[in-house]
Amino acid sequence: MSEHAAIHAEVTQWLSQHWDPDMDLLSWRSLVADSGWGAPNWPSDYYGKDLSPQQTAVVEQAFAEFGAVGAAQSGVRMLAAVTLLAHGSHEQKQKYLRGILTGEDQWCQLFSEPGSGSDLAGATTRADLRGDQWIVNGQKVWNTSAHHAQYGLLLARTNWDAPKHQGLTYFVINMEQPGVEVRQLAQMNGHASFNEVFMTDAVVSREDLVGAEGGGWQCAMTTLANERRSFDRARDVAGRKGRQGKIFADLEAEFAIANEPYTWYPQRAGRVDLVMPRAKETGAINDPATRQDIARLHIMAECAKWTGDRAKAAAKAGKPQGPEGSLGKLAASNVARLASRVHTAISGNDALLTGQTSPMDGLIAEILVSTPAISIAGGTDEIQKNIIAERVLGLPKEPRFDDGPFRDVRRNTQAPSEG
Amino acid sequence: MALAFTADQDQFRDSIQRFMTDKMPTTEVRRLMAATRGFDDETWRQVSDQLALPGIHIPEEFGGAGFGAVELSIACEEMGRGLFCGPFFSSAVLSAYALLLTGDEGQLDHWLADLASGTRRGCLAITEHSTLWQEGDINTLAKADSDGQIRLRGNKRFVIDGQTADLFIVAARSESGIGLYLIPDHDPQLGITPLDTMDPTRKMADLHLDDVPAIQLTHQPEHLLQTLLNVACICLANEMVGGAQQLLQSALDYTQLRFQFGRSIASFQAIKHRLADLLLEVELARSAAYQAAQTLAACENLRSLSPSQANKLTEHASLAKAAASETYLQAGLETIQLHGGIGFTWENDTHLWFKRAKSSEVLFGSPAEHRERMLTAIEDAATTTEDAA
Repeated sequence: MSEHAAIHAEVTQWLSQHWDPDMDLLSWRSLVADSGWGAPNWPSDYYGKDLSPQQTAVVEQAFAEFGAVGAAQSGVRMLAAVTLLAHGSHEQKQKYLRGILTGEDQWCQLFSEPGSGSDLAGATTRADLRGDQWIVNGQKVWNTSAHHAQYGLLLARTNWDAPKHQGLTYFVINMEQPGVEVRQLAQMNGHASFNEVFMTDAVVSREDLVGAEGGGWQCAMTTLANERRSFDRARDVAGRKGRQGKIFADLEAEFAIANEPYTWYPQRAGRVDLVMPRAKETGAINDPATRQDIARLHIMAECAKWTGDRAKAAAKAGKPQGPEGSLGKLAASNVARLASRVHTAISGNDALLTGQTSPMDGLIAEILVSTPAISIAGGTDEIQKNIIAERVLGLPKEPRFDDGPFRDVRRNTQAPSEG
Repeated sequence: MALAFTADQDQFRDSIQRFMTDKMPTTEVRRLMAATRGFDDETWRQVSDQLALPGIHIPEEFGGAGFGAVELSIACEEMGRGLFCGPFFSSAVLSAYALLLTGDEGQLDHWLADLASGTRRGCLAITEHSTLWQEGDINTLAKADSDGQIRLRGNKRFVIDGQTADLFIVAARSESGIGLYLIPDHDPQLGITPLDTMDPTRKMADLHLDDVPAIQLTHQPEHLLQTLLNVACICLANEMVGGAQQLLQSALDYTQLRFQFGRSIASFQAIKHRLADLLLEVELARSAAYQAAQTLAACENLRSLSPSQANKLTEHASLAKAAASETYLQAGLETIQLHGGIGFTWENDTHLWFKRAKSSEVLFGSPAEHRERMLTAIEDAATTTEDAA
């Protein structure tokens, strides 16, 4: 029996002994977490089995074939896990990783601030050591799911005399305390997918400093490097919808909450798939000018897709990544912007309607009012272009004015009671 | 569909790149574009003998190397990058595919091997009034005279390398419809008028056919002109992507060397963002050109395409032509702009590629025409699927 077949058999046997769809989700996931099958690529000391990514894929495959639910995946939890596994202390791993896998604990990311968006390392939320506790003051923003979260991944400034990247420290903060106030942030499209988090003398114990004091930027990079992948995984799991048993009912309830912030994301990307059906429905397909716009959009969207395919094919063939691998986000912005224009042209006067009265029960209006977000979220187009120009094309950087002590760097807001 | 090249294909590309760097520097391009003939016989012989490029996609039984559309498009891309002056596109691409689509065994034996070896240089004459090679546009007539000799009568426009070719393939109308006819050599009844083209690196001529004796190429496959147009567009799209890449490279090189206000102008975001946008444009067009070449390579028999194959080939060919045309021209405009005043001088090389971009933009149909053609193919495909269901 090949190694992979043996793993597959072992997982299947374990599942046949333990799987019961009438269990509640938390009890089942506790079993999964303690067995090591919930995160088999993690170290065996921390709820894993030291398996390779390929072997882990076999385990996931076996779960999927058996129809069993795996460890919790959704939201920021996996970013927390990856960061803690890479930088956390033994005690932190013991304390937090299990609750991540069982789904007991929700996590959120506390990085961006009103005064530091693109320039994330310019954060001015401060943490000051008083006795055995870090006292945190400041404001964070764009915090998905913070209103459900027990724990936050916090980037805060602990040294104002160091250059800006070196004065940051990474913490786990308990969100359920009097010094932390979470407010949902309403967006221009009517959704509220994010929060603002206000911290006023909030408390973090010394044990919850992750990595080294002043080493927060490295930890934050680990978190961000895994950002996109975790969202992909969360969506994959939705395939198990409609199964019978208490566990699936629990799972659906969990997804409903976890995916709520993302329901408008497809509309944010422009819904190119709806263009042809809508153009036929409205008759705009017969207008020569609109046909040109539709064709332009089709070309751009297909080219973007094929460019992604080229990047994947090159990776599969073991070739070094070419420029094609760095352009997806910028291409997606252009596609969404053009799609919004085309949907407007197709809808004519109906494009001024909103809510249930607009075409497709409001879906078209949601496209038109959501696409402006895509060229901002997760890095603006302007930052993307800087990255492409500097890292892909090798062009020189702009002169900087922020490499001295952070205290002296010009910025939007002064931290409360600085110094 | 595989969108990564094999190691052999990468090596093939490198060998063409080395040849182009060596034999086709811009000093040579400038020398040839100023000459009436427009190419160098010795260089063409080397392209044919050393690199065996004219027969790269021609089956081995007819003297070619037996590779396919992907290798051919690599050659086109590299020639576009280096602004190759020579009858490759007219002979190896257009004429060879015209023969492959319509010649019988004997005709292929006789003529295709000569094109594969580069000993003969073919040209393809289809265009009369409109650009998209519609059957309705073909007014040139093929008629048998009293001796049974077929004679062609009519006018053809924008024939690439028409003034230097020694084999002419002409689309004409007879009682049995539109077919291709071969004129094996110069003829007193064949008038050739060279055109003053903006892009002097691609020579063109008008043909005046005054009862020129010709050989009928035997097969008249369905979609003949449209398939030929698709091949032309796919190869031209790959050529254009090579040219656009060269323009981008020259803009990158120049902006990094150029210092103003005490810094390299490539360190200004106003410049960097334009270059990042241009890179995106070029890579998107490249994907379209590569995908279209793959789609062409996937057609096992171009003479009998299924309706879905024909629609997909048309969709991807027109998509690639429209995308590459817009991108190449944009790259030309941006590169001139990024050079500043020097970019508008004759001495600077940018205009050589800009002019190729401009002529390629309208050759075989404008981007707007191809967008419409692509969308029609998509609608036709949807109708065919519905009918089948």
